[in-house]
Amino acid sequence: MIRLAFLLACLAFPAAAQDRIVSLGGSVSEIVAALGAADRLVARDSTTLYPPELIDLPDVGYIRSLSPEGVLSVGPDIILAEDGAGPVEVVEALQQAGVPFVSIPEDPSPEGVLAKIRAVAAALDMPAQGEALAADVAEAFAAVPEPEGQPLRVLFVLAQQGGRLMVGGQGTAADGIIRLAGGMNAATGFSGYKPMTDEAIITAQPDAILMMTRGESHALSDADLLAHPALAVTPAAQIPVIRMDGLLLLGFGPRTPQAARDLHAAIYGG
Amino acid sequence: MVALNPPMPGDRSHRARRLFLWLSALLALVAVVSIQTGASGVSLAGLWDGQGLSPRDKVILWGIRLPRLVMSMLVGAALAVSGAVMQGLFRNPLADPGIVGVGAGASLGAVVGIVLGGLLPVWVLQQAGGQLIGLMAFAGSTGVTLLLYRVATRGGRTSVATMLLAGIAIAALTGAVTGVLVYLADDQQLRTLTFWGLGSLAGATWGKLGAVLPLILPPLLAAPLLARGLNGLALGEAVAAHTGLPVQRIKAGAILIVAAATGASVAVAGGIGFIGIVVPHLLRLSVGPDHRWLLPNAAVLGAALLTLADIAARMVVAPAELPIGIVTALIGAPVFLWILLQRRGVVDL
Repeated sequence: MIRLAFLLACLAFPAAAQDRIVSLGGSVSEIVAALGAADRLVARDSTTLYPPELIDLPDVGYIRSLSPEGVLSVGPDIILAEDGAGPVEVVEALQQAGVPFVSIPEDPSPEGVLAKIRAVAAALDMPAQGEALAADVAEAFAAVPEPEGQPLRVLFVLAQQGGRLMVGGQGTAADGIIRLAGGMNAATGFSGYKPMTDEAIITAQPDAILMMTRGESHALSDADLLAHPALAVTPAAQIPVIRMDGLLLLGFGPRTPQAARDLHAAIYGG
Repeated sequence: MVALNPPMPGDRSHRARRLFLWLSALLALVAVVSIQTGASGVSLAGLWDGQGLSPRDKVILWGIRLPRLVMSMLVGAALAVSGAVMQGLFRNPLADPGIVGVGAGASLGAVVGIVLGGLLPVWVLQQAGGQLIGLMAFAGSTGVTLLLYRVATRGGRTSVATMLLAGIAIAALTGAVTGVLVYLADDQQLRTLTFWGLGSLAGATWGKLGAVLPLILPPLLAAPLLARGLNGLALGEAVAAHTGLPVQRIKAGAILIVAAATGASVAVAGGIGFIGIVVPHLLRLSVGPDHRWLLPNAAVLGAALLTLADIAARMVVAPAELPIGIVTALIGAPVFLWILLQRRGVVDL
């Protein structure tokens, strides 16, 4: 313990320029790239998939099961992490190693996106770029059209397992983006991604089905999905399933206004 | 390994002693490899070439790798010894700590901690901090084991058969409660749960080691005291009692050892399968079932194997890492099957 205390005492680093950034979390990485700091990224986590050039960076694994030495091995000056990076002990070990570890708050709302952008910009000491990006994104949010008349009911289907549909309930990112796009989440009365019973789906009467795009071979075809006995008797069965990229749709980063606009157009035939 | 001559008791004891030395050498070697290996490429060589280590390298070596090495040795030894003790106690080659409720109780505790942890009073959360899941897992495993012990004990006698059966019932019950909580969990909690279930030593710190050492080390050191008693139990409880062995005390001691050692291991490292069931069997196949040698050998081999598995977990997908439970099962299970096939007909467990 004495030796450890001594080591900790040795860790008084002078503040250095943050030329080597490790970004954990898809939306945080997008913000770093949107701030123009993509060339300073040295590693990413497995949820960082956009912009595509970031995929070539070393992958330090899933954000909730990080390896302390793995993250340190890329020689970071600063680590930016979405809420919930862990385990806790790994975060502590990284802090002990003298690497600033900045946790970026997560909230699936326009204010949440702006707060994230400002937090990342502050951590990277780029306040001017941060304000500029936040202003752009806020403007883009304001430009998302409002629905005319009664909002349509959208059901987000995460997956179909053995005939049961896993759908996005209250408080999920799917719920957030549906409301941003001017729709109404058809799945009410529960939170999180849960299986929904057939009768509840019929009662919910969704006007449209929203899904994430998957690889071509895994894609569940419209015909297969809409043949589901409960979905088949809802208005949603009359129109094609809306499919969007998962990170764009649920990431809540700088591209979220675009996602909301795309989704609005898909729902209301804009 | 060893020749397949008909076993002679004296012969085997000699061989077991030699094996212990070999296994200790193996453990020492694996430990050195473990401290020298890591995603960052830092090694002890820096100490000798005059350049010294940078502060970051020191943290990697002493703050990350060393506690992790000690943790893998402790947990590996605890799981292997607990498995050997359980198999001796239940006289059942399939026994592992999982069947006396340790596994089921630990996962119930962990799931409660992950899913309902947010509902606890704030001061509890502040006290527990990041250790909440581990504490809950430990409470769950020891709680369920003690409950089973109570259920199976009547008039000062513990029925091993009742404990086995009640263990299955309680595992089903905790499984159902766990299922309800999994249903309530949000997607982030689900992912935490999944990774907890697969096991990892990534969270090893000196602080955590300090917390589990008093729970794992005393049971490990006490286990050999049970060796003669477990050997006696192999003859059957009645015979053992007639030879003058304190059967009830042996059973209570064995259960206590397993509950503490495995509960603490599962609490810090999550679900790590295979070590508890395979290590004792490998040793029985090579040097026989005498617990006086089986228990120390199991401790050393378990420590070496889990450390080896952890090196693989850290290196294979660096800079990310694999859950260690996957590594132990993926490498261990086929090797074990292969050994069983090789020895088919020679051994009858």
